[in-house]
Amino acid sequence: MKKLLVASAIAVLISTAVNAETIKLGVILGYTGPIESLTPDMAAGAELAIKEVSMSGALLGGSKVISVRGDTTCTDSAAATAATERLVTSDNINAIVGGDCSGVTTAMLQNVALANGIVMVSPSATSPALSSINDDGLFFRTAPSDARQGQVLTAVLKDKGIKSAALTYTNNDYGKGLADSIKTNFEKSGGKITISAAHEDGKADYSAEVGALAAAGGQVLIVAGYLDQGGKGIIQAALDAGAFEKFVLPDGMIGDSLPMAIGADLNGSFGTVPGTDSPGAAKFAEMAKAAGFKAGPFASESYDAAALILLAMQAAGSSKSKMLKDKIMSVANAPGTKIYPGELAKGLKILAEGGEIDYVGASAVELIGSGESAGNYREILVSGGKNTTARFR
Amino acid sequence: MDGILNALILLSNFVIVPGIAYGSQLAIGALGVTLVYGILRFSNFAHGDTMAFGTMATVLLTWALQSWGVSISPFPTALLALPFGIICTILVCLAADRWVYRFYRREKAAPVVFLIASIGVMFVLNGLVRFIIGPDDQRFADGERFIMKAREFKRLTHFNEGITIKTSQGLTVVTAAIVVIALFWFLKRSRAGKSMRAFSDNEDLALLSGINPERVVMITWIIAAALATIAGVLYGLDKSFKPFTYFQLLLPIFASAIVGGLGNPLGAIAGGFMIAFSEVTVTYAYKKFLAYALPGDWAPQGLVQLLSTDYKFAVSFVILVLVLLLRPTGIFGGKAV
Repeated sequence: MKKLLVASAIAVLISTAVNAETIKLGVILGYTGPIESLTPDMAAGAELAIKEVSMSGALLGGSKVISVRGDTTCTDSAAATAATERLVTSDNINAIVGGDCSGVTTAMLQNVALANGIVMVSPSATSPALSSINDDGLFFRTAPSDARQGQVLTAVLKDKGIKSAALTYTNNDYGKGLADSIKTNFEKSGGKITISAAHEDGKADYSAEVGALAAAGGQVLIVAGYLDQGGKGIIQAALDAGAFEKFVLPDGMIGDSLPMAIGADLNGSFGTVPGTDSPGAAKFAEMAKAAGFKAGPFASESYDAAALILLAMQAAGSSKSKMLKDKIMSVANAPGTKIYPGELAKGLKILAEGGEIDYVGASAVELIGSGESAGNYREILVSGGKNTTARFR
Repeated sequence: MDGILNALILLSNFVIVPGIAYGSQLAIGALGVTLVYGILRFSNFAHGDTMAFGTMATVLLTWALQSWGVSISPFPTALLALPFGIICTILVCLAADRWVYRFYRREKAAPVVFLIASIGVMFVLNGLVRFIIGPDDQRFADGERFIMKAREFKRLTHFNEGITIKTSQGLTVVTAAIVVIALFWFLKRSRAGKSMRAFSDNEDLALLSGINPERVVMITWIIAAALATIAGVLYGLDKSFKPFTYFQLLLPIFASAIVGGLGNPLGAIAGGFMIAFSEVTVTYAYKKFLAYALPGDWAPQGLVQLLSTDYKFAVSFVILVLVLLLRPTGIFGGKAV
């Protein structure tokens, strides 16, 4: 009997020794470029999940996980493709957390990930075009599509009794996609978009744009832009000219700097931003604080992206992208035991024993369609010169 | 009658008032370009970044004054800092002339060589400004923001539409008028101004009659630097200060100078207003205006917008191309380009 125990113990040791490996995850985000202020926290979020799994020793017989960073620049598709190519071919990463902005993410997927069969989970690419892209089942995102934000924003507008609105958007993939989605949804629900006009970022003067918007009229002005860029300029110019008094602010316009820059005139404006009141969000905020970073925009989505990849590896019993890609949906969704941030070891254990999990994570992940977050939104009301949470949707 | 008045008020608010302010800013900028072209005989591409440099110097002193609690409310503090900005810019322009342009002047280089050299100066200033103050948006306007607010106008007059006049817009127009009058007086009446005009008309004849060319060049740079700083600060007060937008301003400013006729100060002013108004009027949506102006059931359904605002910048270039094709010396007859 004793001999048998020793033998089986040795067998276990040998088998784990054979299986254990060093798994590499690429964390490919725009460390330079227009969202460089967000990406340090996003990367820290992803690496927090990687460290948690690595320390637990529960993944695939005690495999270690390390992260390799690459820069997308957010705007330059060629640079993003080159960085991804390098990580895939010379660093031999197993899967990718990234990219961040919709344009470069598309380029990374089409030029590198598809050709090499590498799974990508983006924490922040929100363009509706990515929902229908040909991805061989390799692409997922923990961020909701802007198509969803259009529905949520329409619901908010309807609740406030708004029947007609003017719409302006920043002239890029994000702005155009979001504006189309808002327009389609709002008009389907019986509302009227009086004008949908683009604006360029980085201009000093928006009086001509505001003139056109004001001529079209509407109860509110929907500004699908960036808060530190043209979006702010449009709002300032519209207030100066007395063209609009209330503004609707999608996620790109939500941040502390906007109410501070505009002042009391912004009170009463409202908007939406991805967010959840699930217990996971609070837990993640605590963990981020302890780890020395801020649970800023898309940081929780980044944590969830890394966690989903690693949990799917465990479920597939392999660290290879072509095996784990089929497991991402099943670990993210019901049925199974709910897994919150900080409980990744528990999730890995359940999967190792052949059980099922429903990963909730920091951003209440629920993957729908071709593998994108269903999306939970926080409704924002600007009041007293601050962004306040009205409710969750 | 009310309908017509409302229509006019609407047009004033969205077209006329912003058009006049923007036109004045372009006019002062174009005056500087045209002066350098008339006397030094080259297109100074560094003018936009000279404006940025002057504004930066003014902004830095404005911040210092604000932190010391100095203010001339209701006027913006920047007006107090403006002379300091002008002096800094004059020094930079004279340094650029000493180290760059003077060499080519002695070589009697072709205008295109000067033009390329000025692009070099542009990049140096461009980098300098970004290095000192950074590439971001800076706000330095303070004091009273509005002379007339749309909401107050409506309350006072009981019209449906209001007019907003910003302090910066009022200041721009008044300053532009003062600057233009002073400049024309200087060119027509003063001895230095007369020697400048003589130098511009015929360099050899001017030299023969004992005009010191280095002195004329120096005065030209001093005036151009002052104009650039004033235009830059007014634009910055009205909108906001961001180095990149000043670089972009170079194009409408050149369009203004060329449309009016390069080397012709009066043309520069007219050109500035033409470019500004064509940008605003062509892209304005006239739906609401017509709804007020026309009898009830004639009101248009569409936006009545000739061009989408995306094409705002294209407008000035179409005008530029047309003028160059039909009247290469500009509408008011400057030098051929």
